[in-house]
Amino acid sequence: MLWVDKYRPKTLDKITVHEDVAKNLKKLVTEQDCPHLLFYGPPGSGKKTLIMAVLRQMFGPGAEKVKIENKTWKIDAGTRTIDLELTTLSSTHHVELNPSDVGFQDRYIVQEIIKEMARNRPIDTKGKKGYKDMYVMAVLVLNEVDKLSREAQHSLRRTMEKYSASCRLILCCNSSSKVTEAVRSRCLNVRINAPTEEQIMGVLEFIGKKEGLQLPPGFAARIAAQSNRSLRRAILLFETCRVQQYPFINNQVIPPMDWEQYVSEIASDIMKEQSPKRLFLVRGKLYELLINCIPPEIILKRLLSELLKKLDAELKHEVCHWAAYYEHRMRLGQKAIFHIEAFVAKFMSIYKAFLIATFG
Amino acid sequence: MGGEIVLCRPKQVKDVAHQDEVVRVLTNTLETTNCPHMLFYGPPGTGKTTTALAIAHQLYGPELYKSRVLELNASDDRGINVVRTKIKDFAAVAVGSGSRQGYPCPPYKIIILDEADSMTEDAQAQCFATHNGNLLQSYKILFHLIIEPLASRCAKFRFKPLSEEIMSSRILHICKEEGLNLDSEALSTLSSISQGDLRRAITYLQGAARLFGSSISAKDLVSVSGVIPQDVVQSLFAACKSGDFDSANKEVSNVIAEGYPVSQMLSQLFEVVVEADDISDEQKARICKRLGEADKCLVDGADEYLQLMNVASNTMRALCNMPQDSYE
Repeated sequence: MLWVDKYRPKTLDKITVHEDVAKNLKKLVTEQDCPHLLFYGPPGSGKKTLIMAVLRQMFGPGAEKVKIENKTWKIDAGTRTIDLELTTLSSTHHVELNPSDVGFQDRYIVQEIIKEMARNRPIDTKGKKGYKDMYVMAVLVLNEVDKLSREAQHSLRRTMEKYSASCRLILCCNSSSKVTEAVRSRCLNVRINAPTEEQIMGVLEFIGKKEGLQLPPGFAARIAAQSNRSLRRAILLFETCRVQQYPFINNQVIPPMDWEQYVSEIASDIMKEQSPKRLFLVRGKLYELLINCIPPEIILKRLLSELLKKLDAELKHEVCHWAAYYEHRMRLGQKAIFHIEAFVAKFMSIYKAFLIATFG
Repeated sequence: MGGEIVLCRPKQVKDVAHQDEVVRVLTNTLETTNCPHMLFYGPPGTGKTTTALAIAHQLYGPELYKSRVLELNASDDRGINVVRTKIKDFAAVAVGSGSRQGYPCPPYKIIILDEADSMTEDAQAQCFATHNGNLLQSYKILFHLIIEPLASRCAKFRFKPLSEEIMSSRILHICKEEGLNLDSEALSTLSSISQGDLRRAITYLQGAARLFGSSISAKDLVSVSGVIPQDVVQSLFAACKSGDFDSANKEVSNVIAEGYPVSQMLSQLFEVVVEADDISDEQKARICKRLGEADKCLVDGADEYLQLMNVASNTMRALCNMPQDSYE
């Protein structure tokens, strides 16, 4: 079992990083009248952990026994029927799904399936000791609501009001900007911030102690600094280091992610020479990254931050502007490679012009 | 959710807060039971749906309500087919008149199309072909979304945003009913963060009451509402003022890592810029132009970090009077 899963806190009481949030949630849940919840925050900040803990608080250990199902739904859309396939993760008390997986047909998922589930009250689960008849209602966990289409989000808003007697929704997303105001205003918004480096260090030291490891001084701090404030990433890095070499030595290298290394190679390629030939070479490397399923916007962001490190202050503004411009275009367009490449070409031309202007 | 909101909905047209003109016209309508097609528009949370439901209830009473009123909203599929079949079928059956139990019960039916602006254009076009029923619509800000042939067949009612006093009195009323304790600072915070939207104010209040118990402070309300604390906005603005790109970059990364919604950040930054005294109008214009563009990009789904970074860098250039580049 990976350490990330092994040391995931199971109950709200055991959560250490977002202690105050957990305390408030516990109060909320035990008062028996829990509103719809919307969790938002950057990746690796602990949204999922909190949601699992909330479910456990509601339903007891039963919420952890989940099964994965791949269901096909037949939806009657007037003139034709549509088959939708969706993977759900369900226990006896809750269902978790990822409606944005079905792409542009996500509207039907919200309108039909969620409505259907919300309408069916779950069987009464009285008699479980300790948890009694606390929550005789279905809980739906929807992931990545920010990726839902506008229509789907609109459909969601009324569903939330109408079936609030028999069903609670827990929504989870990275950026709440992309969730419509109408949905946001119907939920209790819970912001989960990324843990600070000190908090990450605390967790790493805790795991180290549990595993009986000797940490050289400053080691946890170095991992935390490299993790970009993502706890998941920090723990994974820690485990990688453990596998690579133990006992830890004082200045042990913390291996960077291989794709990040690759992006910084690309960045230095671009800085060295600005020519069509070099652009062709870079394109090959970009394709390599895309083939390995690194999301294009992450590549672009990483590339920008690598380039910014090497630039003069006056160029930074312009480069930053173009990165935002091409990322927006990428979102509107279809094929990511064009836009990343356009950014690289644009950068080359700006940089070349700058070099000529300064050095002649 | 929605418990308090549903409970607090006024049951009669005359109880609808702050919409005097609308209420006057509608009370008149109710007395004569001569009711044109109606189109309600205005910002969210000003009582459009409430008014529509109240009219329907006052006309028909609880008994006939089910058979005479059809309520459709965005959670129902409202493509052209639905309008063709469901609405037409409903409207086609004629009904008799005659008052019952003190309710006027006029000889027509009412169809409430909630959130009409999210209907497809075809469906809207079909709507005005349906004449037997009486159309009551409540819909949101975007007026131009309703196609002209439909809009011109309706009597339009504009709902204005609630003023601060009205909001406060309603909120205090709810607090009294629910046994909540709200000090004056929290009350003014609540009306400012909810920006005239009563529903939002009640939601915040409800959230805060659930989380923090019956006595609620201004800070609790801010944390529930998702408004970004002022010092975070100020420190980003200060970093832009300093003219140091890297410190602005650090502030932006921090905002993203803390999980603050960038769209909210943009609107709060906008307030700071507009209210600042030491910035020239030209600088303000430069900053606001980019704020607008960034907001559009965010709606299109662009990356939050890059957009905020772009805004920050542009703000910095404007504040430090750096020359405008060709790409701006």
